[in-house]
Amino acid sequence: MEIPYTVKPRPDTGLYNAKVGIWLFLASEVMLFGAFFSAYILLRVTADHGFWPDVATGWPHGLLNIPIGTFNTAVLISSSVTVVMAWMALRENNFPKFRNFMIFTVICALGFLVIKTFEYKEKFGHYVIRLNDGKALTGHLDVNGKSPLFWTLDTVKEKGLESLKVQVDIPNKYRFPVGMHVPEETHRAHAEGRHHDDREIKVADIESLKAFIPSTHPFFAIYFTMTFLHGLHVLGGAIVLAYFAFVGTKLWKTSPEQFTNRIEVGGLFWHFVDLVWIFLFPVVYLL
Amino acid sequence: MQTATSHSSTGHGQAHDAHHHEPGFFQKYIFSTDHKMIGVQYALTSLAFLFFGFLLMMAMRWQLAYPGRAIPVVGGLFEKVLGSDMAQGGVMQADLYNSFGAMHGTIMVFLAIVPLAFGAFGNYVTPLQIGAPDMAFPRLNMASFHLYFVGGVVMMASFFIPGGAAKSGWTSYSPLATLADPVNLIDGQTLWLIGMVLLITSSLLGAVNFITTIIQLRAKGMTWMRLPFFVWAQFVTAFLLLLAFPPLEAAGLMQLADNVLHTSFFLPSGLVTSGGPVPVSGGGSPLLWQHLFWFLAHPEVYVLILPAMGVVAEIIANNTRKPLWGYRSLVYAALAIGFLAFIVWAHHMYMTGMGTKIATFFQTTTMMISIPSVIILTALFISLWGGSIRINTPMLFALAFLPMFGIGGLTGLPLGLNATDLYLHDSYYVIAHFHYVVAPGTIFGLFAGVYYWYPKITGRMMNEVLGKIHFWGSLVCMNLIFAPMFIQGIRGMSRRMYDGGATYFQDGAGADPGILNLNISITHAAFGLALFQMPFIFNFFWSINNGKKVTSDNPWEATTLEWQTPTPPPHGNFETEPVVYRGPYEYSVPGAKKDFTPQGQPG
Repeated sequence: MEIPYTVKPRPDTGLYNAKVGIWLFLASEVMLFGAFFSAYILLRVTADHGFWPDVATGWPHGLLNIPIGTFNTAVLISSSVTVVMAWMALRENNFPKFRNFMIFTVICALGFLVIKTFEYKEKFGHYVIRLNDGKALTGHLDVNGKSPLFWTLDTVKEKGLESLKVQVDIPNKYRFPVGMHVPEETHRAHAEGRHHDDREIKVADIESLKAFIPSTHPFFAIYFTMTFLHGLHVLGGAIVLAYFAFVGTKLWKTSPEQFTNRIEVGGLFWHFVDLVWIFLFPVVYLL
Repeated sequence: MQTATSHSSTGHGQAHDAHHHEPGFFQKYIFSTDHKMIGVQYALTSLAFLFFGFLLMMAMRWQLAYPGRAIPVVGGLFEKVLGSDMAQGGVMQADLYNSFGAMHGTIMVFLAIVPLAFGAFGNYVTPLQIGAPDMAFPRLNMASFHLYFVGGVVMMASFFIPGGAAKSGWTSYSPLATLADPVNLIDGQTLWLIGMVLLITSSLLGAVNFITTIIQLRAKGMTWMRLPFFVWAQFVTAFLLLLAFPPLEAAGLMQLADNVLHTSFFLPSGLVTSGGPVPVSGGGSPLLWQHLFWFLAHPEVYVLILPAMGVVAEIIANNTRKPLWGYRSLVYAALAIGFLAFIVWAHHMYMTGMGTKIATFFQTTTMMISIPSVIILTALFISLWGGSIRINTPMLFALAFLPMFGIGGLTGLPLGLNATDLYLHDSYYVIAHFHYVVAPGTIFGLFAGVYYWYPKITGRMMNEVLGKIHFWGSLVCMNLIFAPMFIQGIRGMSRRMYDGGATYFQDGAGADPGILNLNISITHAAFGLALFQMPFIFNFFWSINNGKKVTSDNPWEATTLEWQTPTPPPHGNFETEPVVYRGPYEYSVPGAKKDFTPQGQPG
């Protein structure tokens, strides 16, 4: 006996098996990401005041690059549109059109991941520096024209450096460490409308130096965990969709209906991945 | 198991056909996509884990009864294999006790009972009972089992790494779980978390598969209210797994980050241990772990109990030869449990100082969820009324389930109420309560299922005399083990103390040290329980080849569809597409020729 309703929908439910399966799977995914969002809320509302140099909430804010994040959001939303177009092309029996849209979708997915990788790298070379006088600042290090990653104060001391060249972040409308006790020169640079505040800081004046990596603050822990998990979903989705666009097309010749179903199911997953980002973007970039 | 019995299906004209595409050993036993073979794989693996988890407990029980005395027989082996800091001179050390305790809980819940109740019985019986040829996604089904198996291997491997297995309880509360081991790249807790992520993924895939199968693959005429109660129980269980497990997966990933990347998801600011301040950023929340953990772990209780209730309902209907009393009430009660299970979790956390308002909410929902549980138990009790009961081994286990689960359930009420829980929390009373639910409750239900469906799987009956010895011995020993623990708990004995609380009572804390003597009798009863499992193990393997052959495909004269297949069912299960004409429990219908009318019988 064959397993029924793998292709045709069951009359009383109106669904074929894989469609029921993917909706259930997505329900469990909602619970998975829901748990992370809940964790984000709980960590944020219980954050200790003064724990991050930002005195207002103890929670880092405005450290992510909003224009890039916005661009990436647009990339994902476009891919969500084209995956539907690909499915509709199959319904119209237009296979070349399907393939073009599907390949575009996969390119968007890969583009998203590439951009995200550069964002990660930028954060690994972005530092929060506390000074002995109680002030604090964020910025990139400039060591012989290079921006080193993953340094700590111990690394600086091991290299025998006596002072550090730092490109201090200027508060602006995209990047605004609220209420942070930044040095006065930085405020002056802001008032004068300069984009950088390059300064030499004596290593002896530094109390701590930490890169923007997960162990530095729960914000980075949850930011990297959630976006990494989301990135894995993007990667998984891209692999499956690429399979449908290239290797899996054999099925189109033997069973076009089943192939169309697979695209629909893959598309549902892809929409979900997109939807998670729609929530993730405002929560970690904007709020 | 299958080879020994394959000839009994020859009478159905399948053998010749099957001979041509006889799959190889690996295809048939390891990479099988047939739900029945996967069910058997789950059953054998989970029964092995059940026994292993029990052996861990035996070593711990020895330490509780005779603290500081070398463990007989295996003490020297422990010292050799696990190191002298774990078992110096064969004596169980605190670290070893802690890791055995954590792993006993983990193994019993995640590697033994859930896979047996859901993976094994669910896989084997559910598609048969709904008249389906297989699960909706057979390859996914295979992947579920493989993930479960690998998860089990990872858990086992953790015993043998430096520092030993996880030792922070099956609840793995942070920050203890992160700080329990000196910072190694891979420690017991890390492997525990990796194993858990694999097991959770396995359960999620299984749950998707079960729900889809039950929704989509019901045979013609198998309407929702004609589903056997067992299928309903599996259906609700699958939803619990589907929606409650992901938060624990999230929590597991976060704790993994705490262990490996030194993040501070669950580590608060200013954390100091005996080794000085902990070098982490802090700023995390230990309560967050507890919430995410119990959001799974309370529904998990119903994952443990519902399938057993399903098995017991089938067996009671069959052996009382009358319909289940209140079938619809049973179904709605199971659904109500499914919903309420998600809003009771914080009753495990009264001690965290959550405040009276929140505590009131959770104790209200906790009292509410006891109502559907009582409905199920009551309906099953009333089903016995006026029946001409056949007393056989499966029925004995099913009957014993009722009072045992009743004791376990009712003693849970004082734990669900804030005021009494503050006193009883973390005492042996808690241990006694949930073991009554799970050990003589769920495990008895599952034993009943093994005896009941064994003839369908192998074509032979298990031995009745051995079965009855197994039953009566287990029943007496279970009660001798767990009933005294209520007394110990009420008298103030804490759980998780590796000397059973001896040091605690030395200070003359006003408690009666006499309750420590109960440890000795409990341990003797535990060894007795082990002894009475021997007839079962022997019976289980011996009967494959030597049990009494079944004379028909329906030896229990049951009504549900799984008994209308050949024995054992071939690939694809049914010879002709089954059609269902009636409800699941049409026993002793007035005017019918026989005292049972199968669901597939027309008219």
